[in-house]
Amino acid sequence: MRILGLLSCALLGALLIAIAADFPEWGDAHSPASEHLSPYFIEHTMEDTSVPNIVTSVLADYRGYDTMFETIVVFCAGIACFFLLGSYACAEPEERFYRSVETGVVLRFTGDARPRPDSPCFERIDPRWTPRDIIISMVGRIMVPFIQIYALYVVAHGHHSPGGGFQGGVILGAAFILLALSSNLRTMTRCIDHKVLGVLSALGVMIYAGVGVTCMVMGSNFLDYAALHTILGVSPVAARSLGILFVEVGVAMTVMATMVVIYNNVASAGRYEEGL
Amino acid sequence: MEHFLTEVLADHYNYWAYIALMMIGLYAMIAKNNLVKKIIGMNIFQTAIILFYVSIGFKKNATIPILDAHGAHGHEVVAHAVDYINPLPHVLMLTAIVVSVATLGVALALVLKIYREHGTLEEDDILNQLSE
Repeated sequence: MRILGLLSCALLGALLIAIAADFPEWGDAHSPASEHLSPYFIEHTMEDTSVPNIVTSVLADYRGYDTMFETIVVFCAGIACFFLLGSYACAEPEERFYRSVETGVVLRFTGDARPRPDSPCFERIDPRWTPRDIIISMVGRIMVPFIQIYALYVVAHGHHSPGGGFQGGVILGAAFILLALSSNLRTMTRCIDHKVLGVLSALGVMIYAGVGVTCMVMGSNFLDYAALHTILGVSPVAARSLGILFVEVGVAMTVMATMVVIYNNVASAGRYEEGL
Repeated sequence: MEHFLTEVLADHYNYWAYIALMMIGLYAMIAKNNLVKKIIGMNIFQTAIILFYVSIGFKKNATIPILDAHGAHGHEVVAHAVDYINPLPHVLMLTAIVVSVATLGVALALVLKIYREHGTLEEDDILNQLSE
């Protein structure tokens, strides 16, 4: 099997290299890929959408339909992860451990007994709990707000600089994952609940599709943002620019929530306890 | 020989790199026994495709596909297609990267489930257990 695999891969590689000699040269400005559609995008993005970042205007406007379904694929992946591993109705274990924050004493509770849920003196821990490094958890905690601000900048400034919904959403999700990695999963769950994440990832897709349906209601094609200009009170070109922003916010929400959902489920094998 | 070096190799060596990466990924998917190694192979394969697309969009003496709006004070920005690299492959790969991360998450979830069921990630052990 191993030899056969190696042989077939080598054969296929040799064939592809032989074919690659006919491919356009590296950096050829007149290669077939750059001849047909992309000159239109480059030359008309300003007059059509007033968005200087061509990648953003192609992503959310010219190819908005494609991007909507990419977002749905990401959403479905998050749902699939949840259905494979997780569940909201985790049975409470018989023994629960609470650690006193000040003294480090760990108390074991059985039955229905527990400290007050909002008590600042105790934190819930798991049997596999390990003491966390104070430097890592503090530095992670300090970094998180800055990463989140940067992520919002990337989402909001996608019209004029590299960025947009997908990139900003991934950075925003990375901030939450950093919090979970530097302390533990329970700390992150206290900041953003699993159910909130589920709702956010569906809400992002809904915003995207909702903008499209609103365009239809206004009497235009699905995702033709120019139709929104009567609602927004701006010119049709500015309405397309604003429509791109709405859609990007939806994408960012879905991507952020899905990244965190996938991390939660895979890192804790669906039990949402200690995590990695 | 000189023709080969200047014409074929100098203009196409980027494709050779992607083909090499692609074949490494494909070999890992075919021949490796461990499921996690197969997933890593799949990711190397995806990375090769992403690099291939991004390199197709490149043009010599062109800049990133963000129009220079500062030059226009009151008059129209005239953008020439040869001055900006092709934005289309960037758009396609932008979404493909995020989707590949999402599919990686699903693959890892499946692998976790398989490990819980069989106690191993070696493919032939799993097949033995299934045939018993």
